[in-house]
Amino acid sequence: MYSASDLKKGLKIEIDGDPCMITNFEFSKPGKGQALYRCKIKNLISGNTFDKTYRSSEKINRCSLMSYDFTFSYIDGENYVFSNNETYEEALLGIDLIGDLKNFIVDDMSVEILFHNDRALEITLPNFVEMEIAATEPGARGDTATNVMKPASLANGYEINVPIFINEGDVIRIDTRTGTYADRVSKR
Amino acid sequence: MGVENIILRDAVMRSIRAFFYDQGFVEVETPVRLKTPCMELHIDAEPSGDHFLRTSPELFHKQLLAAGHKQIFEIGKCFRRGEFGPLHNPEYTMLEWYRTHADYMDMLADIQALISGVSKYRNLGSDDWKILTVSEAFLEYAGWDPVGHYNEDRFDMDLVEKVEPALKQFPGPVVLIDYPIEVAALARHKPSHPLVAERWELYLCGVEIANAYSELTDPIEQRRRFEACAGQRRRLGKEVYPIDEAFLQSLEKMPPAGGVALGVDRLLMLLAGADSLDAVLSFR
Repeated sequence: MYSASDLKKGLKIEIDGDPCMITNFEFSKPGKGQALYRCKIKNLISGNTFDKTYRSSEKINRCSLMSYDFTFSYIDGENYVFSNNETYEEALLGIDLIGDLKNFIVDDMSVEILFHNDRALEITLPNFVEMEIAATEPGARGDTATNVMKPASLANGYEINVPIFINEGDVIRIDTRTGTYADRVSKR
Repeated sequence: MGVENIILRDAVMRSIRAFFYDQGFVEVETPVRLKTPCMELHIDAEPSGDHFLRTSPELFHKQLLAAGHKQIFEIGKCFRRGEFGPLHNPEYTMLEWYRTHADYMDMLADIQALISGVSKYRNLGSDDWKILTVSEAFLEYAGWDPVGHYNEDRFDMDLVEKVEPALKQFPGPVVLIDYPIEVAALARHKPSHPLVAERWELYLCGVEIANAYSELTDPIEQRRRFEACAGQRRRLGKEVYPIDEAFLQSLEKMPPAGGVALGVDRLLMLLAGADSLDAVLSFR
């Protein structure tokens, strides 16, 4: 258990069984009154943010979060299936949890999955992934400028802006944190 | 801390001292280490050897008034254990002043003049004062009247979550006045209304800056409050300080008086246009 004076920005706590994070924290002590700890808290499952004020006498549940290394196996309907690198146990992650990261998950990719008890909360991909350009307008020969961009798409339909010299069949590196072009790996 | 805020502190301190010197106030110094910190339910003193660091100079000032001084002020460091945040620092500068044969309304006139004087450093809207009774403010923003229906926990929570945030909407200073007698601390009750204490708090930009009383001068009532407070502290598992008998004895000779305590660092913070004490405390 934490006591109210342990609270700080970024601390993860458990409220009504849900993992939550303190996103803003303010010590407050009105006039001759008691110390109060005003928090903005984000529910890490629903994503909802709410205000909560703790008295100095209150106790707050700790939140046990663990992350494990997994490898992507296959897609089963709406779920992405990963296997634990040590135990080979499978974890099924719904598309709602994976979100736009689905565009960058490739066969045998190593990922990190954050769990609260047995519930997966968050997936982290390697920062960069190599993908092939499926379609784009041909660039002008000899144009190597990196600051002029044009639209392109991957085989899975993901749209991305790439420099003008990138052609269909080129393999590029994508920053999975931002979903943007990083550099070219190889030409067709 | 920026160079400009060190200069600002110097300038504001000169203004404050001039404000009091010009009216014939005597600047006093009282002990920082003491045996008997003023007993208040939620204020904890920092130990210093077999003494404590002062949480306020209040009890010494009242002994000076009892000894015949009429207008006194002090600017000095006070210490409160465990108070840290954007608006709190365990060591901070307090301005405290007293006038004999005055009450909290006289002290309100004092602070209006003082704030108007330092507004040359930054306009704090000091020509547009709003005076709200605690009853009015709570009825408007929290939907209940704590006077006569006081509940400590509800009062503190609603003050912080509902009333104080609402005070930010006023363009100028806001004074909350006439507190429930249960939070009188060292204020006397209003002669016409025994459930109300003659106490006010000044808010600037929604930040609590100063606290004032018509001082309680009845030693029997003061002893009763100290003892009740000691009992509450004991129940909460907090340290109980010895009662300052010299102070209680001096109350018998103390004339009616008004007093104000003002947090200098918070005032400087607002004059610097900042929202954290980080901007005005060196070495924090």
